[in-house]
Amino acid sequence: MEYKDYYRILGVEKTATQDEIKRAYRKLARKYHPDISSESEAEEHFKEVGEAYEVLKDPEKRVAYDQLGAHWKTGQSGFKPPPDWNEGFEFHGGGYTADDSAGFSDFFESLFGQRRPGSSRYSADGRRGGFQARGQDSHAKVFIELEDAYQGATRSLVLQSTEMGADGRPHIKPRTLNVKIPKGLKEGQTIRLQGQGSPGFGGGQAGDLYLEIGFNPHSLYKVNGHDVSLELPITPWEAALGATIQVPTPAGKVELKIPPGSSSGKRMRLKGRGIPAKTRGDFYLTLEIVLPEKLTEKEKSMYQALQKEAARFNPRAGIGV
Amino acid sequence: MTKQELISAVIITEDEVISLADLCRSCALSAEQILPIIEHGIIEPLPNTLSNSLHWRFSADCVPRMQTAIRLQRDLNINLAGTALALDLLDEVKMLRQLVNALQRE
Repeated sequence: MEYKDYYRILGVEKTATQDEIKRAYRKLARKYHPDISSESEAEEHFKEVGEAYEVLKDPEKRVAYDQLGAHWKTGQSGFKPPPDWNEGFEFHGGGYTADDSAGFSDFFESLFGQRRPGSSRYSADGRRGGFQARGQDSHAKVFIELEDAYQGATRSLVLQSTEMGADGRPHIKPRTLNVKIPKGLKEGQTIRLQGQGSPGFGGGQAGDLYLEIGFNPHSLYKVNGHDVSLELPITPWEAALGATIQVPTPAGKVELKIPPGSSSGKRMRLKGRGIPAKTRGDFYLTLEIVLPEKLTEKEKSMYQALQKEAARFNPRAGIGV
Repeated sequence: MTKQELISAVIITEDEVISLADLCRSCALSAEQILPIIEHGIIEPLPNTLSNSLHWRFSADCVPRMQTAIRLQRDLNINLAGTALALDLLDEVKMLRQLVNALQRE
């Protein structure tokens, strides 16, 4: 187990006042909130910050933690709290004080006790009561490739959920789901898995699981809603004379006819070749004229001949020179 | 470990319509808790059902928006007006991020 430096996580000095700790926590919670941050590790950071605050905001836990830290040397590899580390400390209100403590680290658990029923936002537990109720809906984020939006995909997801154990206590249990992701998704859209949320109560139906879709960045394509775009390099003679060339799309290669006299920056549209949603997106191409890095002597002389021949053309006439 | 079954997902679109009861259940909130959220314009009933609150219907994509609102409120301790503002700004940030991504390649 790794020792966790809660002061470093919150970016405060060991001598920080409770107010400073609160301010640091609030700032970081805003920064790393998974609904706000675009960082892929935001959720881990957010949990870590929450855990650090859970300890440091409570003067009793903080004092106990400080005493433990005094025996800790950096560079020590494994961490094990001494068996009597919290002797003489009285913790009020049980181990946890926050509702949302499921998912804290082993380090926390070894110091402040077993997890008790909490409702982590990504592994919601249900409401209590002796009535029959449908379980609450849960939420998670999943990243897919652009190609998956064209073809659909199967993804294996690991979610943390709360389950009642044989000992009558709730346990956090990782749950693996094999999910068939339909085609036609766009970034930021949500999909629903019926009955995969929190279990129901008293025989009630389970809630649904909502997955928010993000796209991993693609090396070739840009995505905007259901539309996809590509920068397409062409030769000067293809641009001048027109050509039929092969173009990659996430659904496979297609033939594209470039009209004669196409300038760099010209945008072309392949209707319906974007993401195949109910209303299909379009595929956009932006032409980019590319020259060979080095011309051979013969090519050079041909360009010089062209220069003489086409002297009538002034591309800068429109800008007054 | 039980055998893995393949679960099919459904895309939530604005065309799918849900009732207030569905919304309450999905978000584990009572109708009384949802009303102020509607009053702040965080979500809106479909225009053709607006006149009579007994017949309110919502677009299904209200559910993820409501859930985000609930998480923001709970985790960051912000009131409804602040949550509504945060959601509007997040929408704008999302749109701008997409625009930046698109421009970066040009």
